[in-house]
Amino acid sequence: MIDRVDHFRWMVLARVLDERLAALYRQDHIRGGSVFSGKGQEAYSAAAALSLRRWTAEKPGDYFAPLIRDSAGRLAFGEPIIDAVRTYCGKRTGPMRCRDGNVHRGNLSQGQLPMISHLGASIGVVDGLLMARRHLGTLGDSVGIASVGDGAMQAGAAHEGINVAAVERLPLILLVADNQVSYSTFSDRSYACRSLIDRAVGYGLGAHTCDGTDFDACRITVETAVAAARAGRGPQMVLATLLRLAGHGEHDDNSYIGPELRARFGDCLPLAEARLTGEGIATAAFWETAKQQVAEAVTQALAESGPDVASEDWTARSQRNLTEFRA
Amino acid sequence: MSPRQLTYMDAIRLALGDSLAADPRVFIYGQDIAGAFGGAFKATKGLAERFPGRVLNSPIAEDAMAAVAIGAALEGARPIIEFQFADFSSVAFNQIVNHAATYFWRTGRSVPAVFRLPGGGTPGGGPFHSQMPEAWLTHHPGLVVVAPSTVADAYFMLRDAVACPDPVVYIEHKGLYNHLKAEFDPPTTEHLGLGAAAVRRSGRDCTLISYSAMVHTCLEAADKLARDHHLDVEVIDLRCLRPLDTRTILESIARTSRVVMVTESWPFGGIAAEVLAVIATEAFQYLDAPPRRMCAEDTPIPYHPELYHAHHPDADRIVQTVLETVDF
Ligand SMILES: Cc1ncc(C[n+]2csc(CCOP(=O)(O)OP(=O)(O)O)c2C)c(N)n1
Repeated sequence: MIDRVDHFRWMVLARVLDERLAALYRQDHIRGGSVFSGKGQEAYSAAAALSLRRWTAEKPGDYFAPLIRDSAGRLAFGEPIIDAVRTYCGKRTGPMRCRDGNVHRGNLSQGQLPMISHLGASIGVVDGLLMARRHLGTLGDSVGIASVGDGAMQAGAAHEGINVAAVERLPLILLVADNQVSYSTFSDRSYACRSLIDRAVGYGLGAHTCDGTDFDACRITVETAVAAARAGRGPQMVLATLLRLAGHGEHDDNSYIGPELRARFGDCLPLAEARLTGEGIATAAFWETAKQQVAEAVTQALAESGPDVASEDWTARSQRNLTEFRA
Repeated sequence: MSPRQLTYMDAIRLALGDSLAADPRVFIYGQDIAGAFGGAFKATKGLAERFPGRVLNSPIAEDAMAAVAIGAALEGARPIIEFQFADFSSVAFNQIVNHAATYFWRTGRSVPAVFRLPGGGTPGGGPFHSQMPEAWLTHHPGLVVVAPSTVADAYFMLRDAVACPDPVVYIEHKGLYNHLKAEFDPPTTEHLGLGAAAVRRSGRDCTLISYSAMVHTCLEAADKLARDHHLDVEVIDLRCLRPLDTRTILESIARTSRVVMVTESWPFGGIAAEVLAVIATEAFQYLDAPPRRMCAEDTPIPYHPELYHAHHPDADRIVQTVLETVDF
């Protein structure tokens, strides 16, 4: 069982980091592109990551394929804070070595997949990771989470990837965050079914839903879905309903989200905090610690070097010269 | 054991079986490849029975097939994906060029997956069962793209592709499947490295460059040129299109000073354009005539066999182009 205070602490850390990254964007410290915030989705994303087994030096754990809004999940699954800052600020010390940036980062030796931009593309890759484990006899009760939004769910690649998981009965958890909007397009122009969870039946997935603004509900629901996948009950779909609380990226003022929509959805963080405080749990220290951790990471990262253009290795294959290559 | 007569398809099937037998990490995933059916062209016939659980049918989901290969390769398996026709790999284009091909550069982890693409024309195949996809796949950095033309290469290049740590697109020519036969005994046959071009016929008067099935059309043209015109034409089989063995190409141009590149693919932005650009840039001083290319007509591939033949280069037209080049 995930510790709920621990859950809350990761949410706080992600919120503090995202806000600091947004500030770095305004201060022109970001190299290339924008900053993509997970604001409003911390409870759901962290719950997912905390349901997974982390990788250690001795033992591989589960797989997590995060997407744009998963800053909380990335952190909670083991991404060092500084890796996010390095990637956003264009430091050669970052996991992508300046070759890719912002949310397109990951670390396979920590089980976090570095997403490509193309939405829906990572689901089939998680299928392949799990199929290979089964093939190699290392699957055990490990699982993989593929995260998608309501927009990504409409991509053909998502459909193919989900269907393969179902046909192969893989321990995949499809983590869907319906945050009402994909970039600026509202759900009524993205899909026409009553709820995206209806698709679970169509594909043959286990179905789980939760209020994405309620951190307790997120945790219990995702844990249940992950446990079902671990127990061999095949792929599971989780759908959280919530609202994106930032622009698509920091370049976007989010003005198209009207007051009615804002009124319908709360913010998972103050909601969780109120609940914990009501139970007599002090939360102020979590914010202080998070701010300090993020400040330290930012100070260190900003002092580090950008790419070494002169010594960049412009080779896209691991095998440079194949004229002599034989099995 | 005396050498056996094998077809190009037998060699592919043998290479698949030998790869499965040699390396427990290998599995094959594709449409209609399992069970007694054994694939649209029978490349996996008998393999599902011999290797239970390692030859798996996929849904009609080319994007997911390629994605599965990427994930499986990253996890340490050695997946071989069979596309039913090369034409349908366009559905997997994104996974191949944006996911598999970018992985090593982005993360330092390469993706040892093999994508088998039954390509090339057979009369009556039509616009969507005859394409050669190499122009758009070689354009993207990060992939190895090969197109074997012989029985031995069909075998060895597939074995080498499975061993290669980078993603390999293996374009096998449907027109050669059951039509091309040779005596072939793998253990006793020497073979070139995966990325090397082969000089299939030595000559001094002109170089014909090609790959895949068109190599045989070039050899036929070279024979005619020798017989009817006393011309001694060199024929180079590129074998591997990405990376390109430019050394073998340039050494040949230095010997012959004349070149015609032949493909059954479209001309615009194709391999022929690339090879001629390399020659124009690096071997300009050797050239005695403008480099020429012969490609398919610049339209979709026609369905009717008569139109199909007119659409593709043939030996007589290659002879004509070589004569013009030599007489320049
Ligand atoms: C295949 C593809 N098309 C378009 C885009 C551009 N794009 C990036 S994020 C995005 C919106 C995604 O919406 P959703 O999946 O709901 O996630 P959210 O941003 O709401 O979390 C779009 C259109 C893309 N990355 N990939």
